[in-house]
Amino acid sequence: MAEGKVDPVHQFTIEPLFGTDQLSIAGHNIAFTNSALWMAITTLVLIVFVGGGARQALVPGRWQMAVESFTGFVDDLLRSNIGANGRKYLPYVFSLFMFILFANMLGLLPLALFGLHPFTPTSHFTVTGVLAILSFGIVLIVGFAKHGFHFFSLFVPHGTPVPMIPIIFPIELISFLVRPFSLGLRLFVAMMAGHVLLEVLSGFVIAGTNGGALTFGIAALPSFILMVGICALELLVAGIQAYVFALLTCVYLNDAENLH
Amino acid sequence: MDAESAKLLGAGLAAIGAGLASLGVGNVFAKFLEGALRNPGAADGQQGRLFIGFAAAELLGLLSFVVAMILVFVA
Repeated sequence: MAEGKVDPVHQFTIEPLFGTDQLSIAGHNIAFTNSALWMAITTLVLIVFVGGGARQALVPGRWQMAVESFTGFVDDLLRSNIGANGRKYLPYVFSLFMFILFANMLGLLPLALFGLHPFTPTSHFTVTGVLAILSFGIVLIVGFAKHGFHFFSLFVPHGTPVPMIPIIFPIELISFLVRPFSLGLRLFVAMMAGHVLLEVLSGFVIAGTNGGALTFGIAALPSFILMVGICALELLVAGIQAYVFALLTCVYLNDAENLH
Repeated sequence: MDAESAKLLGAGLAAIGAGLASLGVGNVFAKFLEGALRNPGAADGQQGRLFIGFAAAELLGLLSFVVAMILVFVA
């Protein structure tokens, strides 16, 4: 088992590229890593995708239709969750949704066939955590700017009986403060678990194939078929997690915008 | 029992949580489908709530994965 064993977490290693590993500002290493490279690629692909479809033809072509269906989708999401005054968050939620979606999808590309190793930036808590803190920060700023200290009424739902307030308040407060963690954790773990699962199955395929005809038949082949199915499932999960992140951001923004 | 094997046993036990979360996620979609087939007209408007329920149920399963990962790689 020692030989040909696949290390399932090796794919998450962050390494500096292009000899920038000593680059630093004020003692902090700012090397250009593979994570940064794949985030840059994601942004580039996103700009090309949206820029190429941002034409205003009266009869949209395929590309324009694809971009418009995405913007329309996010617009609907905001309208149904926040209401008419939610449209001003469209640029933020659209960028968030598209960035996560593209990062998830690009990380699943089978580029390893050509010797390149795709990296999923969203499989790291540092990246998803920052995105979650960004959403949470906007909720806090909008909430306090719009409602002032009345924002704290969020923690005491309307119509709570007075004896219940000392119990409800801490529960609501904790559930509010845990939001950025749960938001970032969900995306990061879903991405990481999927990639680990694929890697473990690929380990079965390699070990089974090396073991001879019998283990190939009973272990490697079923694992490979399962792997193809899991790949399709991962594409679905990549979409669902991007959607859930955008959806929960909308729900939290709704709390800040309208209280409850 | 030495610490290393206790860690791995704990990580294995954490997988029970993933199985239980699968019950929860299945329940969310089963109930949604049940309601949606009774009143298909109202189904599309409730998809947002469906995915909020899915996300909440899924998160608790993912936490068990985090526990397993911490036991294997960090602790």
